[in-house]
Amino acid sequence: MGTTETTAAKKAGVQVAATPLVQATEEQLLYAKVLDTAMKIGLAGIIVVFAFYLFGVFEPKIPLADVSKYWGMKSHDYLEATNIKSGWAWTGMYRHGDFLNFFPIAFLAGITVLCYLSIVPTLFKKKDSIYGILALIEVLILVAAASGLISAGGH
Amino acid sequence: MIMKHRKVIVSTLLTAFILFMLMAAPAWAASGPGKASTLAWWIWPLVLFVITFVMGIVAVLAGVGGGVLFTPIIGGFFPFNMDFVRAAGLIVALSGSLAAGPGLLKRGMADLRLALPVALIASAAAIAGAMVGLKLPDNITQTALGIAILAIVAIMLVAKKSEYPDVKKSDNLSSILRITGIYHEHSTDQDVNWKIHRTPIGLFSFIFIGFAAGMFGLGAGWANVPVLNLMMGAPLKISVATSKFLLATTDTSAAWVYINKGAVIPMIIVPSVIGIMLGSLIGVKLLAKTKASAIKMTVIVVLGFSGVRSLLKGLAIWP
Repeated sequence: MGTTETTAAKKAGVQVAATPLVQATEEQLLYAKVLDTAMKIGLAGIIVVFAFYLFGVFEPKIPLADVSKYWGMKSHDYLEATNIKSGWAWTGMYRHGDFLNFFPIAFLAGITVLCYLSIVPTLFKKKDSIYGILALIEVLILVAAASGLISAGGH
Repeated sequence: MIMKHRKVIVSTLLTAFILFMLMAAPAWAASGPGKASTLAWWIWPLVLFVITFVMGIVAVLAGVGGGVLFTPIIGGFFPFNMDFVRAAGLIVALSGSLAAGPGLLKRGMADLRLALPVALIASAAAIAGAMVGLKLPDNITQTALGIAILAIVAIMLVAKKSEYPDVKKSDNLSSILRITGIYHEHSTDQDVNWKIHRTPIGLFSFIFIGFAAGMFGLGAGWANVPVLNLMMGAPLKISVATSKFLLATTDTSAAWVYINKGAVIPMIIVPSVIGIMLGSLIGVKLLAKTKASAIKMTVIVVLGFSGVRSLLKGLAIWP
């Protein structure tokens, strides 16, 4: 790792070895830092919220003993049978222990967007416009998938 | 002596795992849509946790992603609909990738410049794959999954690997994108300069890889590595690490399609994610002291068996 990249690593707040071994770019180290923090928050969140669900801290919409009635169904049959709306309707069901689990799951599925967004300013600052644009397009693809716009439509 | 014990432990775990699946399958087949399981509710997350924990260990030792083991095994031997299994498979694979990503990126093993163009293509194709997968009837998905898994087994058996592929000259596209790098090879204590070639055809291949990942909820490491290594000429270690890192992007886009279609049951997903993550941590510790080739052959056998099971389940020969 050259002096520039070591400085870049320090700027990104990433610890580097006394004798740096590789040439990771500034944006790569920044991506790693954001990913590391977000991933730990997501994994801790999913364990805590699932414990709440199992121990009945918040009443589930589908009782624990009844879940097995539904997991053999196609997803749209499951939604119909349980009267659950698809898309982002789960955000309004946070009082139920089972739907509270959607928050850490969605967070895990959103981390990549956060990571790509975090490196866009660095890429443009370095005049690496091609990768800046590629990162933005990737964000758009992931946001479109998350929004449900792309997958909209009946079964 | 310790080595011998480790081998016995790993072999016993694997054998128990396979026998458990074989014995449990007929009993679980008894529960179906609209019918509650006769087992106590808490047994399910516990069994999923134990199985995915073993799967996490085996996946690391065999050098495969969790998703490629999870989807055929859980889909073939558990009474869950494939919609929920594929969604869980994608979330399991992306969680594994998220956990491994920071270390791989910081050490320069995964390369962001190589990953980004590939991720862009694979993630867009994975959305299409997930949409198709959700529209297909279960029997067709199971049959196609069985065929795909058996093809993956064949790839694992015959695909060669090249530690340092001979890339004489970068192609124009990779030169424009400046896809090149240096990593430190500990075994030789040398810095390795690498570049790639055949970038357009390599990127084109990721349309199919992304589509298959989204459609079957498999992750895509089984295909990423041969394309990055053999076709595009990235060194093996860079290919494996970049592939692992890539899964988070590819599988995230497909996972959102499943989440938006309501194919998420926390009782299936969460114990699996926790199990595979903890198993992976143990697997990493065992990695240095276990013979990888023996484990890989066990994985090939288990995957082959799961592929046959999916195929026969899809064809209603072994329901």
